[in-house]
Amino acid sequence: MSTDTAPRSRGRLPEGDELHRNVVGRQRVGKIWQSVLLACTILGIIVLGLLLFNIINDAFGGVAVQSVVPEEEIFTNRDPASLSQAELIAILEEHLRSRILRNLEREQPLIERSNADLIELINAEIIKPEIVAVYPLNEYLFNRAAITASLAEEHPRAELSFKSWLSSDFLTSPMSSRPELAGVRTAVMGSLWLLLITVLFAFPLGIGAALYLEEYATDKLFDERSPVGRRLNAILHRGSSIIQTNIYNLSGVPSIIYGMLGLAIFVRALESFTSGSFLGATTDATANGRTIMAAGMTMALLVLPVVIISSQEAIRAVPNSLRQASYGLGATRWQTIWKVVLPNALPGILTGTILAISRAIGETAPLIVVGASTFIVTDPSGPFSKFTVLPIQIYNWTSRPQVEFRAIAAAAIIVLLIILLSMNALAIILRNYLRSKRVS
Amino acid sequence: MTTTNPATMSAERFALETRNMHIYYSAFRAVKDVSFGVERNKITALIGPSGCGKSTVLRSFNRMNDLVPGARVEGDVLFRGQNLYAPDVDAVQVRRRIGMVFQKPNPFPKSIYDNIAFGPKINGWKGNKGEMDELVERSLRGASLWDDVKDKLQQSGLSLSGGQQQRLCIARALAVEPEIILMDEPCSALDPISTLRIEELMFELRQHYTIVIVTHNMQQAARASDYTAFFLMDADRAGQLVEYDHTEQIFQNPKDSRTEQYISGRFG
Repeated sequence: MSTDTAPRSRGRLPEGDELHRNVVGRQRVGKIWQSVLLACTILGIIVLGLLLFNIINDAFGGVAVQSVVPEEEIFTNRDPASLSQAELIAILEEHLRSRILRNLEREQPLIERSNADLIELINAEIIKPEIVAVYPLNEYLFNRAAITASLAEEHPRAELSFKSWLSSDFLTSPMSSRPELAGVRTAVMGSLWLLLITVLFAFPLGIGAALYLEEYATDKLFDERSPVGRRLNAILHRGSSIIQTNIYNLSGVPSIIYGMLGLAIFVRALESFTSGSFLGATTDATANGRTIMAAGMTMALLVLPVVIISSQEAIRAVPNSLRQASYGLGATRWQTIWKVVLPNALPGILTGTILAISRAIGETAPLIVVGASTFIVTDPSGPFSKFTVLPIQIYNWTSRPQVEFRAIAAAAIIVLLIILLSMNALAIILRNYLRSKRVS
Repeated sequence: MTTTNPATMSAERFALETRNMHIYYSAFRAVKDVSFGVERNKITALIGPSGCGKSTVLRSFNRMNDLVPGARVEGDVLFRGQNLYAPDVDAVQVRRRIGMVFQKPNPFPKSIYDNIAFGPKINGWKGNKGEMDELVERSLRGASLWDDVKDKLQQSGLSLSGGQQQRLCIARALAVEPEIILMDEPCSALDPISTLRIEELMFELRQHYTIVIVTHNMQQAARASDYTAFFLMDADRAGQLVEYDHTEQIFQNPKDSRTEQYISGRFG
């Protein structure tokens, strides 16, 4: 049939110049959208950059230190290291009241102390350096003139120096009410303990539930031939899809609600377990069940839906052909699941689970409800001890008025970020390792 | 005839026999009233257009259909005179005796060695490392893959070419010492040269095993099988066995006009 005898339709496609204009127009729309998307990306990166800048700006910077008595005056312009023990003791005796001296002698006779100890003693008891002003990094670097001017006016004897609030002392010191002495050791250990308990509960429970839902829940338990059997199968099917929907819903429940649940169940109802009294491990401080165990179980509950969902997705991604191959060789269902499905799903399961659990490390709200301590100086000694965690420590510090606490909060945020990022890195490394082991 | 038990009689001749077999997926009848016997140590091809139930019939021979929710089989499928669908028969045991090779090569993402060793291990293999090595070699030789892979047994099964992977799957099936091997379009994902090698392999395997193969490829059925069963769906979309005979007979002198039309390419 030739074209001119074809019936003319009323619509038509552009030809010639019109086609050209049409294409140019469509390409222009594409370009505009591309630049909109680029703008979104850049905006996101800028915001992230600002966040990082803000944290680093607070965690590092300048401090002005001023001593009660000038150092030169005490040591009379001599190098303290060059002084003899007798000279150091003479300085102490000259500047300290006799009652304090007697106390010191009672602790350990001055004559028996080393020179370094004596210098430290002079520093702490006589010179007493104090932080009189804190400056964020950008001011310290770019506004030095204004700082020195105001310092000269307000604290003429103060010395300005660079300070990294994030230091090895900060990592290894326990909590303290004096910001320059406070550290995150207790909180980091609390976070790690919490992580351990969370993994211990969430991992097996989540993978187990995911395996059941993926591999067993679709079974037709009743005989399809009878109408009653068909009806019962349909009810079971409905039931499992309701469970599935609600797992998705649970993953969206606000975390503080999990905290309330944890308070009601793990702290109150299961107190004898979470306080450790069933093992006789209770101390007075933990008898109320507000322990790492209770918090870890709450956190496990919180991440469980996400662990189940991501494990299910990993299990679903195992090709059905592998299951068939296994059954075809005479494997039982459990052998197929254990030897074929699970090893092949494991990289995906681990990635999803580690990401879910690294979220839990950053959670604060449920732990406040469950009763994490905000001020605690003793390290957690096991799952049944009182504890605090990094986010709570950060929250606690940011709510204090002194500017030094804001600086150590920023340092603690950096510690938390490093822990989170290394867990994500671990997830990626683990996944790549397991994949390469199975495929190449 | 009247004095001998017919089940025993046919069990001597047939490796597998179906009697009035119907297969259902929930309420849908996919296969209707199929009765035929698969001869021992022969290659039987199941042919027919898409959806005619030939794969379903094949999968009913080692109860792979059990894995499909709602699937069920009525009638008898006899293996050594025993109905595979009797209540006391475990599908796991059936699949150990009646192995299967699938359409797409599906080696496990493990080493070549572990692919072969998997079947014996899950089936309660008792033996030492040396005996396992022997079994692996025997299976790979059986699938004429040994010379290709003997130097790289620890490499992943997925590193092989498509045709080699399919022969690895055959070797894997041989390792559990089955009597029957079911092949579900084993060459449809392979190039012509790999296809030819699989067909040659089938002729070698015929000495020790009974082979049932589903194929879409008319020439393959004609050149590589001893018997051919032609399936077609009826008005209810249920698959039926139209004709079953020696392959030569089916391709040169079919009794049914529908068979003749199909093999001459007039539909399907």
